[in-house]
Amino acid sequence: MNLRRLAGSRWLSGRLAAVTAILLLVVLATGCGSSNKGPATILFWSWVPGIKDEVKLFNDTHKDVTVKYVNAGQGADEYTKLRTALKANKGVPDVVQIEFQFIPSFTQIDALADISKYGANDVKQDYVGWTWDQVSEGDKVYAIPQDSGPMALLYRKDIFDKYGLKVPKTWDEFASEAAKLHKAAPDTYMTDFAASDGGWITGLMWQAGSRPFEVNGTKVSINMDDPGAMKVANYWQGLIDDGTVSTDPDFTNDWYAGLGKGKYATWITAGWGPVFLKGVAAKSSGKWRAAPLPQWKAGENVSANWGGSTSAVTAASENPEAATEFAIWLNHNQKSVNMLTTKSNLFPTQKSRLNSPDFKNAPLAFAGGQKVNQVFIQASDHVDKGFEWSPFQDYVYAQLAEKVGAAAKGDTTFPEAMHKVQSSVTGYAKDQGFKVH
Amino acid sequence: MVSQGAQSTKGGGERTEAGVSGGRRRQAAIPYVFLAPFLILFVTFLILPLAYALVISVYADKLVGGNVFVGFENYKQALGDPGFWDGVRRMIYFGIFQVPVMLGLALVFALLLDSGAAWFTTLFRLGFFIPYAVPSVVAALIWGYLYGPTFGPFSQLADYLGLPTPAFLSDTWMLPSIANVVTWEFTGYNMIIMYAALQAVPREVRDAGAVDGAKPWQIALYIRIPLIFPAILLTAVFSIIGTFQLFNEPSVLQALAPGVITDHYTPNLYAYGLAFTNQEYNYSAAVSFALGAVVVVFSYVFMLVTNRREVRA
Repeated sequence: MNLRRLAGSRWLSGRLAAVTAILLLVVLATGCGSSNKGPATILFWSWVPGIKDEVKLFNDTHKDVTVKYVNAGQGADEYTKLRTALKANKGVPDVVQIEFQFIPSFTQIDALADISKYGANDVKQDYVGWTWDQVSEGDKVYAIPQDSGPMALLYRKDIFDKYGLKVPKTWDEFASEAAKLHKAAPDTYMTDFAASDGGWITGLMWQAGSRPFEVNGTKVSINMDDPGAMKVANYWQGLIDDGTVSTDPDFTNDWYAGLGKGKYATWITAGWGPVFLKGVAAKSSGKWRAAPLPQWKAGENVSANWGGSTSAVTAASENPEAATEFAIWLNHNQKSVNMLTTKSNLFPTQKSRLNSPDFKNAPLAFAGGQKVNQVFIQASDHVDKGFEWSPFQDYVYAQLAEKVGAAAKGDTTFPEAMHKVQSSVTGYAKDQGFKVH
Repeated sequence: MVSQGAQSTKGGGERTEAGVSGGRRRQAAIPYVFLAPFLILFVTFLILPLAYALVISVYADKLVGGNVFVGFENYKQALGDPGFWDGVRRMIYFGIFQVPVMLGLALVFALLLDSGAAWFTTLFRLGFFIPYAVPSVVAALIWGYLYGPTFGPFSQLADYLGLPTPAFLSDTWMLPSIANVVTWEFTGYNMIIMYAALQAVPREVRDAGAVDGAKPWQIALYIRIPLIFPAILLTAVFSIIGTFQLFNEPSVLQALAPGVITDHYTPNLYAYGLAFTNQEYNYSAAVSFALGAVVVVFSYVFMLVTNRREVRA
């Protein structure tokens, strides 16, 4: 019995040795592979529709770098996968699409590489200032801006004409026109206040001068109920109390039907809005027009941003230099940027593309032939600078959705909801070990 | 059963003298060989992840400060978490109404199909069962469209008839609306289990009842239902477990009524949000185990109560 066990263990140790040898070989082989000077392979994650064409163009014109493209899902889906890959330290992409508002969430966990040392700052002046602000911290650069969503107002010309409404220049005018419309047509709303869309509400707060976060390493200041935020909360509380705007959740079938059938006279949206709307409310083609965002003070010209993405290089990348090369090329090469803005309908962040005549002067049939891009380019020029995101933006959005959503139902008021968001976000930040002041 | 299978293998296998002891050892190994495909998958995809979750549930990984051992802190927090208990309470309330309605319908359909009173038995059996074949996410999407507050078909119809718009997705009606989707999905499944049990009830017992002058409803109530009681119990336990784990339907409907379906609407939704929105994987693991404990307690209490009743009967 003893003998047999011994024999067994010897057999086992033989096996183990063999397995170890094979593993070592594999490790050596792959180790050699990565230090080899062959073409670097870059793994790229993005959900931009049709971006594989740009990737193909890059691969066709670059012999030293090969990009492998994977669509790992949109927004939160991709971030969940990215976090899993980071945790496993395996399968992490070299270049990854990240929306502006989630960059701090990933720099906080040291997931992104500072690509300033690979020449990222060389292209700094080619991008709209505020977009560069969003991807950098002083001289450090964490991503290359891809597209943005400067905000403006889309309105239904047919409804405005029918009820004799004038395009509002200020939020006060917006409210008085809303009241006029409500009186004439109780089933039509001036707009839909999508209370649980945290990104959209943040855009409104941004325009009103709110600056909810200031992050300094592990120190954060949180002001979700600062004067700008309260101005927005009080204003919309008034319109909702009067019943002149609806409070339906956005991006649902019912909401698309509402936009198509004229339930809402306006949509406060972003640069990507017109083409998006064309896709979901094709029936209303030709009836929409774009105008600048109403202002808090007459004569001012302040906009904000809602949406837009970047190409970031991960800290785990073994080829950060090649990865940076691709991230810059994708969003800087004229052919690539043209494809992104015409085929994938992204709203550009590159100044030369924004100012190119074929982009600026493109008429949109969906908006009755109006050159809508001009309105949004003007908005892009006036996006208020210096807006910062929290390092835990998922949580902030979830809190906004829940607390402001409750206010839309009438369980609480909007100003009260902002105080509640403030206290829950502060509590969460403290729980996570941040110094809150 | 296993030894029988092993003997027949031996009969068909080597019978040399030297092979006897080896054969016996092989005999002992055979059940495990047959179990292996199941065991490997079971361990890899259930036991190991559970063990991993159990381990991370006693740690706390913070954005600032990293991973630290905290013992039962997360469990203590879960037991005092109003969000968790709000979800559990809602599921109890949901189960008290939805499970009896669903099982009652399933039983009635099963009895009808089995009694042969219905025409086109096969067609009905298939028809009732088809919703179960529809993935629950798809079912929730379909119903979400039907429930649409302005442009959904029900709202349109109500509008056309001049009736008030039904508020399926409001605070008051959300839970019944979800219950309706779940009932639609799972009545057929439970019906099939009960129907299969009914098919096994001997014809003679029923005929004896008929000869004694029992009416069809009396035969159903006093003969057929008591005889398939174990099957009904089984469906009830499955339904209780399923109720506490409600996730897909509220998760899909959340996009349509974000203010109504909060992040802790059901305990499972809460655990998911904690992990993937708040990045609190450790606390989420603890909440999941706490939910598991609640499920075990409720299933056990239910079986205890029904068993006692069975013994008394």
